[in-house]
Amino acid sequence: MLFQDVVFWILTVMAIGAALGVVLVKDLFRAALLLVVVFMAVSGFFVLLNAEFLAVVQVLIYVGAIAILLIFAVMLTKDVQHGNQPNRLQIPSVVFASLLLVSLITVAVDTKWDFLPAEQQERVELVQTNAVTTLTGEALTESGVISPEEQAEVQGAGLADLLIGDYVLPFEAVSLLLLAALIGALVLVRPNPGTGRG
Amino acid sequence: MSFEAFLIVSAVLFCIGLYGALARRNVLAVLMSIELMFNAVNVSLVAMSKYLTPAALQDDISTVLTGQVFAVFIITVAAAEIALGLGIVFAMYRTNESVDLTEATLMRH
Repeated sequence: MLFQDVVFWILTVMAIGAALGVVLVKDLFRAALLLVVVFMAVSGFFVLLNAEFLAVVQVLIYVGAIAILLIFAVMLTKDVQHGNQPNRLQIPSVVFASLLLVSLITVAVDTKWDFLPAEQQERVELVQTNAVTTLTGEALTESGVISPEEQAEVQGAGLADLLIGDYVLPFEAVSLLLLAALIGALVLVRPNPGTGRG
Repeated sequence: MSFEAFLIVSAVLFCIGLYGALARRNVLAVLMSIELMFNAVNVSLVAMSKYLTPAALQDDISTVLTGQVFAVFIITVAAAEIALGLGIVFAMYRTNESVDLTEATLMRH
């Protein structure tokens, strides 16, 4: 437990420090690199929270795709030397963001959360850490956490089963959204649309 | 490493991103700040899926993964958003020769 606490605090300092850097550093290229640090720290949080699959997806999509796209965009636009300048809304946005922060923290601390009962904790952890991999029968019986009747239930409880089971409609909607975004981005960056020189 | 600690980290990240999205002039910096906010929301969703009891836990053990499923959707939407956002940035850069949001006044009469 102590080790996890140490990792948590290191990740917290990394994430918040780098996030402050993203919005305050003047050089946009450095801001994009600091954004990568934030993404890696968040991926570390996912590992701490039993979400290994999401941690990998985070590195693949955010660091591998989104951050690279942003760095390309920073290098392709000539405005980099102007840097990351603030606009006239500086003071109102600081006030608004800190008010929201105070209220969010109050809610997080004051709410009486309905925590998982301790006897369920182990079972839930087993489902979450094995969300992607297929559980073999031996691994389950050796761990002794669940009975054979529950075994089939847990085996059908993976993330993939949920995505193409209970959540198949949002899943399809999101794939349509991705297709639309792809086509939209292609249309937007086509040089001189309409002149046929695209 | 309590549940509240994760929520507070997520709130801090979200508010930093909100400040960046409101107070920066460069459109790329605004896009980066929006990505920060997406990440903050994902952290709190996954933390909730680890620590809190879903209403239907007794009927269906897989409800403990709901938060992670939502995080997957948010990551997908973020990818679509950044693709379209950068498309718009490039279109704006071509017509304006600038990525400054205060100079994006083409649609103002």
